[in-house]
Amino acid sequence: MADTSVTLCGVRLDNPVIPASGTFGYGYEFAELYDIECLGSLSFKGTTREARFGNPTPRIAECEAGMLNSVGLQNPGVEKVLSEELPRLKACFSKPIMANVSGFSVEEYAETCRRLDGEEQIGWFEVNVSCPNVHGGGMSFGTSPKAAAEVTAAVRRVTKKPILIKLSPNVTDIVSVAKACKAAGADGISLINTLLGMRIDLKTKRPVLANKTGGLSGPAVKPVALRMVYQVYEAVSVPIVGMGGVSSAEDVIEMMLAGATAVEVGAANLVDPFASKKIVESLPETMESYGISSLKEIIGAAHRG
Amino acid sequence: MKQTEMTVVGNRPLTETVWEMVLEGDTSPLSSPGQFVNIRLDGLYLRRPISVCDREGDRLTLVYKTVGKGTKKMTTLGIGERLDLLSGLGNGYDTALSGENPLLVGGGVGIPPLYGLCKELRREGKAVQVILGFNTEREIFYEENFRALGAEVYLATADGSRGEKGFVTDVMKRLSYTYFYTCGPMPMFFAVEKVAKTSGQFSFEERMGCGFGACMGCSCKTLYGNKRICRDGPVLKREEIVWPTRQ
Repeated sequence: MADTSVTLCGVRLDNPVIPASGTFGYGYEFAELYDIECLGSLSFKGTTREARFGNPTPRIAECEAGMLNSVGLQNPGVEKVLSEELPRLKACFSKPIMANVSGFSVEEYAETCRRLDGEEQIGWFEVNVSCPNVHGGGMSFGTSPKAAAEVTAAVRRVTKKPILIKLSPNVTDIVSVAKACKAAGADGISLINTLLGMRIDLKTKRPVLANKTGGLSGPAVKPVALRMVYQVYEAVSVPIVGMGGVSSAEDVIEMMLAGATAVEVGAANLVDPFASKKIVESLPETMESYGISSLKEIIGAAHRG
Repeated sequence: MKQTEMTVVGNRPLTETVWEMVLEGDTSPLSSPGQFVNIRLDGLYLRRPISVCDREGDRLTLVYKTVGKGTKKMTTLGIGERLDLLSGLGNGYDTALSGENPLLVGGGVGIPPLYGLCKELRREGKAVQVILGFNTEREIFYEENFRALGAEVYLATADGSRGEKGFVTDVMKRLSYTYFYTCGPMPMFFAVEKVAKTSGQFSFEERMGCGFGACMGCSCKTLYGNKRICRDGPVLKREEIVWPTRQ
């Protein structure tokens, strides 16, 4: 019997498959389609202290083997997440939840995590440091090891739950950011967030997205994600949640070979709402076809020998 | 919503750019006119949301305009090909509010979902008036289909080549009706909003990621909070719409 279980920062998952934040709402929409209890966990919609509408539309554009989004963290704000979204999620999912949190200042990150910390079912915080720092000239926290470390340290002070910092790939040296986060108290690293991209409409001769730029996701980014997971695994001793273009059980295994302990599925959920479920279901036979009996044994296997 | 496979049983051009595709399979996920399907097409990453024009038994009619890669690809699909659809998406039009003499106002490729709506309203025994707006005569489609349903049909073309010269709202101004339903381009919506004398429902279009409410790509602001065009729409009631400031 194939063993799909893994342990992420001390919390056990039946399988490493986790729908990625922003592609799975707060889970209950998908529970109308299938029993989401089959998932390893799920990372809920990026939550901020205040409610946000996000960016103007259009905020979706297609491209070869992927898509761009500039949704801009639309969410109802942490209070409504606590009072309305989480009760609905908890009614259809009993496993540890990954709480994805965003902010525009160090204080906001800490405050949002502090509000969520009392939720017993939250197994991990996944802190998205790709947002612009309003006090730092609008530059993303994740592009500076120092700023990313400040966010990590601030969140560390308000919770004892495991903290994963979700890194932006839009940097020259991902390893230095990962190292800084670990040194500041991160228990793990999630990567990659979307790659900054653009499309231009030939008819209007203007960018397709109202925000002009957006984040690229989907199969197109998978090789970049694999490379970054591999680099961080090699250089930093820290559990990694790998993501970027994962659409199949084979992709999950590939991400784990690069060094991921768990794997998130993002854009694939939008194209096929059953994608995460199908990946979970096909994992055992895919493992078997590659002679893998236990998934945790292959984590980082590509680095050996 | 349901994921379903349907077979192409018809696919033909109605005008130079507007095509009619008939699919056969499980139509049970659809519950009201104005809903849409999201179609997976080979070689394209995102599905393509297309409004449902008509549903009769196990047959579904989609009328679509070739505007980009996806719709052009759709024209190449032949009889017998199987399509992967997410079906029964969106809220659709609410016919309960129509009153006895509703008015349907369609512009160009916004017309198709109004056909299924017209059929439903006629089935409910309502006296339906329809205004169809096009740029020019050779773009006209479905005029006879609406007439065959027993609706009173008015035509408007921007260049006056058929029907009344002008816009749908030029006709709308002089008609009396109990309620209205509309689908078409944004400039037409602004004009309809200006001249409408009753409550009504508008069906919106937006670029979508998933089409079923997960990605928040197609959100809009309403008087009752943020709504997702794909899931809480595409049909919004006149009373809740926050009109974007015009440029």
